[in-house]
Amino acid sequence: MIKEFLDMGGYGAYIWPSYGVTAVVMIVMLVTSLRGLRENEVTLQSLEVSTKDKPE
Amino acid sequence: MKRKHKRLTFVGLALLLIAAAAALTLRAFEESIVFFHSPTDIVEKQVSATQRLRLGGLVEEGSVEKHPDAVVKFKVTDMANSINVSYRGILPDLFREGQGVVAEGTFKAGVFIADEVLAKHDENYMPPEVADALKKSGKWDDMSKEMKRQGHVAGETPK
Amino acid sequence: MLHRFANPTRFLRIASVVQPWMAWATVLLGGAGLYLGLFNSPADYQQGNSVRIMYVHVPAAWMAMFCYSSMAIAAAVGLIWKHPLADVAAKATAPIGACFTFLALFTGSLWGKPMWGTWWVWDARLTSMLVLLFLYLGYIALVNAFDDPTRGTRASSILVLVGFINVPIIKFSVDWWNTLHQPASVIKMGGPSIDASMLWPLLLMAVAFTTYYLWVLLIRIRTEIIANKIRIARLKQVHG
Repeated sequence: MIKEFLDMGGYGAYIWPSYGVTAVVMIVMLVTSLRGLRENEVTLQSLEVSTKDKPE
Repeated sequence: MKRKHKRLTFVGLALLLIAAAAALTLRAFEESIVFFHSPTDIVEKQVSATQRLRLGGLVEEGSVEKHPDAVVKFKVTDMANSINVSYRGILPDLFREGQGVVAEGTFKAGVFIADEVLAKHDENYMPPEVADALKKSGKWDDMSKEMKRQGHVAGETPK
Repeated sequence: MLHRFANPTRFLRIASVVQPWMAWATVLLGGAGLYLGLFNSPADYQQGNSVRIMYVHVPAAWMAMFCYSSMAIAAAVGLIWKHPLADVAAKATAPIGACFTFLALFTGSLWGKPMWGTWWVWDARLTSMLVLLFLYLGYIALVNAFDDPTRGTRASSILVLVGFINVPIIKFSVDWWNTLHQPASVIKMGGPSIDASMLWPLLLMAVAFTTYYLWVLLIRIRTEIIANKIRIARLKQVHG
């Protein structure tokens, strides 16, 4: 039953890589974007703290 | 005129010029942009024997003959003209009579000797039951006639 | 009207509200689309189960062209009206659009092999799609080539606008020239030539891909706005 589903009438070798690579690319894009945002937020915060500490 | 408007006019004009340039370029290179020629194109143009080209059209109903040594002979047609094709090799899953096909090769004594055969499918997607129902009700013929009229399956660009 | 949304601070506030909605929409619509596409839709009368590649291939190809068109509009707004947020939106869209273009080419290749009998042909549709990928990569390289981000913007916006001519060429390549690729099935005169049982998963996936784009776009625009603030803060530090 499961084997039959994975085989997809002989086209499994083409269908699953299509879905797999699409999922991987979209998830990697999302994760790197989120990580970039976090990193920049942290940098900005530390910059704001250090400028406040500076004596005028 | 405000600077904003000046920039808007400038960008608009530039885009128009680029579009015109692109249209002219594509028109000039039309012959190399088309992926294949229909049987009528080939009959009318009288191609030279050594010229490598791609022939596209439908596999004529009842024309497929399988010979030993994996040699397949069939006719490619666009309903106006048809050309004999001989091919040795593995055919794509979609290859069947009445199906769109693109063959690449050269002419030898009036027969097109193909070394590659690709299947071309149409833009209709439906489950087999729907296809059967359409065939039964006779709507299938109307549909395929319409497709042929549009020239997609016969491999001609709509005029 | 446009200026109200173009204000970065106000934009950041709106973005943080909209972003979770886009995330949920992507997960729910994408889940429904995958369920229908893989488990609950029929095989094609000609192509069998291989037709299921359509549910990722076609949305990726649509988004590749949609992202580029959005970039071209943003670049034009940035050039003409000098909205800094428009330039940021164009820059943030490019990597997402490049990913969609790559996916359209990759899944198309995997679909072409069993159906057409080839991974790749140089027909007008496939070639113009490859040109689109190069346009994205060229833009990304150009916009990041300058240390001062304002200097790269103008050149790269012009590149995007010049390259926009490729979008109608992709769309109409299958009508203008003989191609191996078949003509459009959904967006065409006389309505879609695709059965409803296959159109639904396709449309669900297409909407999910769109909300995914908006989701990642918001994240990347926020990142760019913060990066600008960092640049200003650093300049202040240096100049005391």
